[in-house]
Amino acid sequence: MGESKSDVLQGTLDLMVLKTLEAMGPLHGYGIARRIEQVSGDTLSLNQGTIYPALLRLEQRGWIHSEWGTSETNRRAKFYSLSRTGRKQIEMETENWERVAATMARFLAPS
Amino acid sequence: MDTLRTLLSRIASLFRSRRLDSELDEELRCHIDLAVEENLASGMSRKQARTTALRSLGGLAQTQALYRTQRGLPWVDAMMQDLGFAVRTLRKNPGFTLVAVLTLALGIGGNTAMFSIVNGVLLNPLPFPEPDRLVTLSESKANFARGSISYPNFLDWQKENRSFSAMATARFSAFSLTGRGEAEQVEAEFVSPDFLPILGVRPLLGRLIAAADNEAGSGPVVLISEGLWRRKFDAVPNILGQSITLDGRDFAIIGVIPANFHLRVPSFRDRDVYAPIRRWTNPLLMERGAGLGMHGIGRLKPGVTLEQARADMEQINRSLAATYPDADHGIGTTIIPMKEEMVGDVRLFLLVLLGAVGFVLLLACVNVASLLLARSAARSREFAVRTALGASRGRVIQQLLTESLLLGIAAGALGLLPAFWGTRAALKLLPAALPRAEEIGLDFRVLAFTTAISLLTGVLFGLIPAFKSSQTNPHSALKEGSRSSGGSHHRALATFVVAEMAITLVLLIGAGLMIRSLTQLWNVDPGFNPRNVFTFGLSLPPNFEGASPAKIRAEFRAINDRFASIPGVTGVSQAWGALPMNGEDDQLFWLEGQPKPKSQNDMSWFIDYIVDPDYLRIMQIPLQRGRFFTRQDDEHAPLVIVVDEVFAQKFFPGQDAIGKRIHLVYNSDKLAQIVGVVGHVKQWGLSSDDKQSLRAQVYLPCMQMPDAFIAMSPSASSVVVRYEGSLARAYESIRSANRQMSAQQVIYGDQTMESLVSDSIAERRFAMILLGAFAMLALLLACIGIYGVMAYLVSQRTAEIGIRMALGAQRGDVLALVLWRGARLALIGVGLGIGSGLAVTQFMRSLLFEVSPYDPATLAGVSLLLIAVAFLACLIPARRAASVDPMQALRTE
Repeated sequence: MGESKSDVLQGTLDLMVLKTLEAMGPLHGYGIARRIEQVSGDTLSLNQGTIYPALLRLEQRGWIHSEWGTSETNRRAKFYSLSRTGRKQIEMETENWERVAATMARFLAPS
Repeated sequence: MDTLRTLLSRIASLFRSRRLDSELDEELRCHIDLAVEENLASGMSRKQARTTALRSLGGLAQTQALYRTQRGLPWVDAMMQDLGFAVRTLRKNPGFTLVAVLTLALGIGGNTAMFSIVNGVLLNPLPFPEPDRLVTLSESKANFARGSISYPNFLDWQKENRSFSAMATARFSAFSLTGRGEAEQVEAEFVSPDFLPILGVRPLLGRLIAAADNEAGSGPVVLISEGLWRRKFDAVPNILGQSITLDGRDFAIIGVIPANFHLRVPSFRDRDVYAPIRRWTNPLLMERGAGLGMHGIGRLKPGVTLEQARADMEQINRSLAATYPDADHGIGTTIIPMKEEMVGDVRLFLLVLLGAVGFVLLLACVNVASLLLARSAARSREFAVRTALGASRGRVIQQLLTESLLLGIAAGALGLLPAFWGTRAALKLLPAALPRAEEIGLDFRVLAFTTAISLLTGVLFGLIPAFKSSQTNPHSALKEGSRSSGGSHHRALATFVVAEMAITLVLLIGAGLMIRSLTQLWNVDPGFNPRNVFTFGLSLPPNFEGASPAKIRAEFRAINDRFASIPGVTGVSQAWGALPMNGEDDQLFWLEGQPKPKSQNDMSWFIDYIVDPDYLRIMQIPLQRGRFFTRQDDEHAPLVIVVDEVFAQKFFPGQDAIGKRIHLVYNSDKLAQIVGVVGHVKQWGLSSDDKQSLRAQVYLPCMQMPDAFIAMSPSASSVVVRYEGSLARAYESIRSANRQMSAQQVIYGDQTMESLVSDSIAERRFAMILLGAFAMLALLLACIGIYGVMAYLVSQRTAEIGIRMALGAQRGDVLALVLWRGARLALIGVGLGIGSGLAVTQFMRSLLFEVSPYDPATLAGVSLLLIAVAFLACLIPARRAASVDPMQALRTE
């Protein structure tokens, strides 16, 4: 089972979190982790705990905000949302990734 | 930008870690709950749901650790942990901690005290604006590098120079202050108007001396010191314009000089009164060739170097010499930076002492390092556990360094106490030896220094033990009952003992050489007997100002007779010229039969002692040939002089000086005949006798002084008195006799001749006392250190000793074994110490007096002392080793 999954690529988790928040709006840590797992179609082996240092990292950079709120099941949870600089960051990071992906694609294309 | 933000946020989180921890806990709890709910919904059992949730999270503890690493600054966290651990460890070993902290506190305190002295005297800028541009000025002549400036020359210098933004001159004088309580002698300085402004002095009240005050014919004005204002005027605010009676004349007070103004150069002291220099009305003031004890100060223009100023002055002096060949032939200007003038003499002393106290600190470090090392052997199991649990070597070193830094800082804080007391004790000990003593204190720079050496100390003594300890092999250390300390520990400890011995010996050699120098100095014959002699200044009542010379002479005769009649007083003499070790005075002359030299500057000089017939007996100067003065050598008799042996040899080599005659410049129409030859007196202190190559000494009778001189003496007389019995009683009798003669006749500035002699070697004595104290401290530290190390080594070898004894070794054998080990280390240390001592004491060469830096007696003496102390320090552990019960020792093994 494990060998078919790939580990989260270094540096991609941040962009995944930002895109998730862009798509879903404010969300708690568990929600973000589950969403990433779902979107990746369970091909990604995400250690859910790693989401929290990543969230803290993004918050320290000012790309996301957090506030305590109530979950859909009436639980006190911390909700994360994108900040203005976070939105800008998504654009930049996306461009970066597209460039890298395109470059990689050229290498991988049959010659 | 983002990184900065991250850093700030990380730092901020350091201060609220507890709240953030609980927030994270809550967040994770919520995460797991949500996961469990989802798993339950998908049909898992409650237990399975929980396990799966925890697994997909990746472990609670790991997540928390990961999160904390992101959140704070890991090294700060680690440091705080180490610090907490260090505090606990040190608290658990109060004995060790106490010894270590006290040892270091003494070392750091000594260094702080010494540094605060060095800082105050050498490093602090002078307390004047732009002090680097301040210089002192004097006039140089063929024989005199630092002679008096003549006022007309000064005016020309001031006018012609292009190097100084300002130049000023001053002449010391003294006034009798009357009309305000008991009459009093006050010290005065006649100054040119620029004098105080050059030094940036601002008056406390009123104004300084203006150029107009210095014009001939202007009204008499003075500035008074804050001290005089408080003492004599009760610090009344409306002092300005009030008059003060000095030498019987009224002066208007124009300002008050604050008490914090000090100018510590040899030719200037703190004065009570400052008057415009033209107020000194003696016609000699305007004579170009006159030497009246005037010295100058100057402020260089910005950017002008000393060399440029010297060249500038040289050119001016050449043109002065051309214009006034008689008076100014061969004159020059000596320019010296003011700071150098203030501290030049003591710089080397202080640096040597700072070096010595640095050695003491090094010794304290070695001591604590060896304590730590010995202790770390006992702690090796702890380090092994830590290493086994995954602590890296660097992490263990960091932990140990935290401990030693903590010790260092604690010691530094505690060391401020001995530093404070030490500085005060040093100042009390010998303030005379230290210029700028009032500027010594614990200021910001001193505290920074203490902090720095505390940290440095912590690293210094912590590094080797930390390094050694981190090498512990966890496997062998954890093995049951194994010996924990390896040979490398023992080698390091042995090195420490050797280093301690060597450092201590260097200090002992330094102190020993100083003590030898001082003993030599005390044995120097000053040429007179300072015991039971005191001297004081005497100023006649103001009505003697301008009195006839006959009246003044009669008054001095009456004073001498009155004082001499006091029981316990065995001799009284005026001393108007030089006094040994207390000021100098000189005269020009040429020999009978020689042509009078064209310029005064080509004449010969002698130091003049203008005295009464009793003087020789009072000072107990040996009479070698002929006779001294008698009362018959008075103003009506032919002029007579008595010369010292140096004069006789210098000017009449191979002849009999007695009967020869010389021309005295101040009295040149008469010839003075030599009637006696006496021994040479060490004029400038015990340690030097060739200042300004002016050594020839001549005695002149007071009563034969020319009338012009007699007219000046009422305000400037010194008296020497020989007494029997109690000094206090003799002095009090003199005082009361003086009061009976006149309420306005003032006695001031009393000093014993012995204190004058000992002041002349004050700096050396200061250095000796401190070096001696440092050396004794070092000896004590070394003793403790050697004892500690030997005791530790013995305890480590208890089992081995037990086996030896079980195999038949005698007590004596064991004793010899341990002592020999100590002796070997001591001998190596002594060898190294002598080697480095010889190199280090080179720097002391100029502080020594008739003792070679290689003095074999000193080297042998201190080496033996150190070996003896080391032997004693080894003896206790050795005896303990010898009393080991073999059975007991083997059982504990």
